[in-house]
Amino acid sequence: MPTSMVETESLLAVDVGASTTRATLFDVVEGYYRFIASGQAMTTASAPFKNAGEGVHQAIENLQTITGRRFLDADLHLIVPYQAGSGVDAFAATISAGPTLKTAVVGLLLDVSFKSAHRLARTTYSRVVDTIGMNDRRKPEEQIDSLLHLRPDLILIAGGTDGGATRSMQKLLETIGLACYLLPADKRPAVLFVGNQKLAAEVKTSLQSFTSSLTIGANLRPTLEIEDLLPAQRSLADLYATIRRSQIGGVEELNAWAGGNLMPTAHAQGRIIRFLSQVYDSRKGILGIDIGASAATVAAAFGGELTLGVYPQFGLGEGLAGLLGYTKIEDILRWLALDIPADVVQDYLHQKSLYPTTLPATAEDLALEQALTRQTLYLALNATSKDFSQHTQWLAPGMTPFFEPILAAGSAITNAPTLGQSLMILLDAIQPVGVTTLILDQNNLLPALGAAANLNSILPIQVLESGAFLGLASVVAPVAAAQPGTPILRVRLVYKNGNESRLEVKQGALEVLPLPSGQSGRLFLEPLHRADVGFGAGRGGNMTVSGTALGVVIDARGRPLRFPADHGQRRELLKKWLWTVGG
Amino acid sequence: MFAPVSTSSTTTVAHILPLTTIQRERLLPVPGRVVVRISQKVTPLDVIAEANYGQEHALLDVASEMGISEAAAEDLIHLRTGDRVEENQVIATRGGLSRKTIRAPRNGRVVAVGGGRLLLEVGEGTYELRAGMPGIVTRLIPERGAEITVNGALIQGVWGNGRVDIGLMLPLLSAPDEPLVASRMDVSLRGSILLAGACNDADALRAAGDLPVRGLILGSISSDLLSLAMQVRYPLVVLDGFGNRGMNSAAYKLLITNARREVTVNGEPFNRFTGAAPEIIIPLPVAQQPPMPQAVAAFTPGLQVRLLRAPHVGEIGTLVRLLPGLTVMPSGLRVPAGEVRLESGAGVAVPLVNLECLG
Repeated sequence: MPTSMVETESLLAVDVGASTTRATLFDVVEGYYRFIASGQAMTTASAPFKNAGEGVHQAIENLQTITGRRFLDADLHLIVPYQAGSGVDAFAATISAGPTLKTAVVGLLLDVSFKSAHRLARTTYSRVVDTIGMNDRRKPEEQIDSLLHLRPDLILIAGGTDGGATRSMQKLLETIGLACYLLPADKRPAVLFVGNQKLAAEVKTSLQSFTSSLTIGANLRPTLEIEDLLPAQRSLADLYATIRRSQIGGVEELNAWAGGNLMPTAHAQGRIIRFLSQVYDSRKGILGIDIGASAATVAAAFGGELTLGVYPQFGLGEGLAGLLGYTKIEDILRWLALDIPADVVQDYLHQKSLYPTTLPATAEDLALEQALTRQTLYLALNATSKDFSQHTQWLAPGMTPFFEPILAAGSAITNAPTLGQSLMILLDAIQPVGVTTLILDQNNLLPALGAAANLNSILPIQVLESGAFLGLASVVAPVAAAQPGTPILRVRLVYKNGNESRLEVKQGALEVLPLPSGQSGRLFLEPLHRADVGFGAGRGGNMTVSGTALGVVIDARGRPLRFPADHGQRRELLKKWLWTVGG
Repeated sequence: MFAPVSTSSTTTVAHILPLTTIQRERLLPVPGRVVVRISQKVTPLDVIAEANYGQEHALLDVASEMGISEAAAEDLIHLRTGDRVEENQVIATRGGLSRKTIRAPRNGRVVAVGGGRLLLEVGEGTYELRAGMPGIVTRLIPERGAEITVNGALIQGVWGNGRVDIGLMLPLLSAPDEPLVASRMDVSLRGSILLAGACNDADALRAAGDLPVRGLILGSISSDLLSLAMQVRYPLVVLDGFGNRGMNSAAYKLLITNARREVTVNGEPFNRFTGAAPEIIIPLPVAQQPPMPQAVAAFTPGLQVRLLRAPHVGEIGTLVRLLPGLTVMPSGLRVPAGEVRLESGAGVAVPLVNLECLG
């Protein structure tokens, strides 16, 4: 594409993560947008710095060192636009650092507004600490006392269909207003109202002066039958940024640099996944996952309809201390190829929560870290799947829907010592079904692209197609009701030069056909014993596949994945699988 | 404009200091009254500020209970925000044939009136903010609290159960990893603050409570004892973490040196964002004011560090040099690392992110 068609040229994107702040530069090279480089620094949002700006400055300075290009002037102001070899044309920023937002959800009916409000709360870095509604058996004064005790950072108010009855909502609003009024001025929560729009003016009048920030968003349940989370998600993302601006030093300046468009990292990730599902018009969904210290994020889009789930409780940092409240220790132990006692794992969870930025230096610690990554990702995906769109195509209930591709971020996955380890974490945790491609976002570009899409719609597409992401493996995962050892799939891979590889895959096996990056081939699949690879039971097909780092991987281990009861056999099997994909 | 601070080669500092100036702000959760004065000497248990803090509320819906309009109800309520009421005091009364009276359910204070309703703050108690450390009041923070300063030894921990007390510190260990056992506890330890290497025995925690002791300092604790540790009535501070690994040698030496001194055990929960941490304070006399602890330190040769991850978790060493480029760890990860000389004399390569400066 000629440069003249490009809307804005260079773009600098900064992401302030829980432990790492990244500055990423995109620019036009020979008429196409390219990822140029990124600089990193420790995030400085927490004590003793308490100012995210210091980490931002250092990350940009590191980027300056790498690129030899200045982005900050002598007064440390961002140089905008690009001039005489310095500066950038546009700037975008995302943030996930900061304490999880304590959130109270207010709604009317358990199966209607509450459900929607909880879904909305899950789209950002929040933890629901109380729910207040019509079915609540507490008296209003008890609800007030609860809010005074919990001191939420955010109150999400949903309820009522547009134009519907208002009396019940008014009563709830009075209770919330009284609680906010009684809180000390510096402890008052931000409030997002996404209920019956008929009450919007009243909400503004009654709550405005007793909140740290009040946002009136579109009703997430305009009618009983329709749930429309998207506008409310945008309002929540804006409010999240507002809360962070008041909580963390330096974020106000970052937001100003971004032209007031600072957004939560997860929201930006969701935007790019939704954008891709619109652009590529895939019949399958597109899945993006990210496991970081602050949260596990799952973004799944089907035909432009996004489901976003953000789970601080499944992050690999502070959240680990409470992980056993969501999963059994045996479910973590099942992923370990080493014999590590349960009490050691439990102590590890608490110790790691104290030092989220530390890294595993021993093989045993790495095994534990990767087992936790599998289980937290598994839990996060399961939790999100309950909210997947009606357009989702599943092979069977309880299985992962069809996705193409699956984009994975988070250093526990993308910086694993070997690509085989990255692959096994993803295969074990996601347990994909049918044919898909696993792609690693090694440079953590997805949030930057999501934020950039706002400024420039061409940039994300060109960067995605530029090779800035690593194609990890093409995966074929047949599902069959056959006994282990029964042949369930014949695979033939015809390379460009006419050579071909053939395999007969048995139930329970994991196999690899090499197809290096830069090459392509034609893949023929012939299911046996009514196995399903996504074309229907027993139906075969063929397709062109592009080369990836690990080639074509046939995962016939079964869905859901089951392990031998004997721990020794299970550990040997885990080792064998890892060895099969290159160690 | 962002301040130019280099962060890539810096680390946070855990304080294990034999002599320093310790300064802490103590703040009420809600506005109240400060009851100390500048230069006043305080002990950890002294109240420095207090606030009326209603624990509960009672909502009296006059309009609804009397079956009248909100406006009519407001005409019957003659109380204003701030007024005190006593139990059974008449809040509103309606004459006529269907006479009805609404009374205050308990003693309290009117905190809001409107819409035919009245909200009372009841069960009102006084929230007392204690100093939490010995020292001198060096600054007053109007309506919120004070800054307290003391000179002495400071040892910060990683986990605390939220309680505070003061007492004579008695070591129950002859080596940093010696566990706390119930059989070692006898009546001679009553009222003291105990020091032990590790604890993986629930009976030992309960026995300490039965004496009772005034506090417990541990190097490490088994994570399955944490819920019990939250319930015990004495302050408990863990210095190094979870498991059965004992206490780091720097804290051990410093605490043993100060055995039988009066120490403050403040089990304030660790909070990464605010910087709050559980700590042990041992007031010491000084000829001149020692320096304040540093908050961050640069990775430079000679730095005393604590190793945060296996295989040498909890060990203390000295940073010899930063290793060039990336170093491959036994896990296979390639990371920026430093060479650390452990107290045993062994040299090991450690990821920089797994090091914490002591100072």
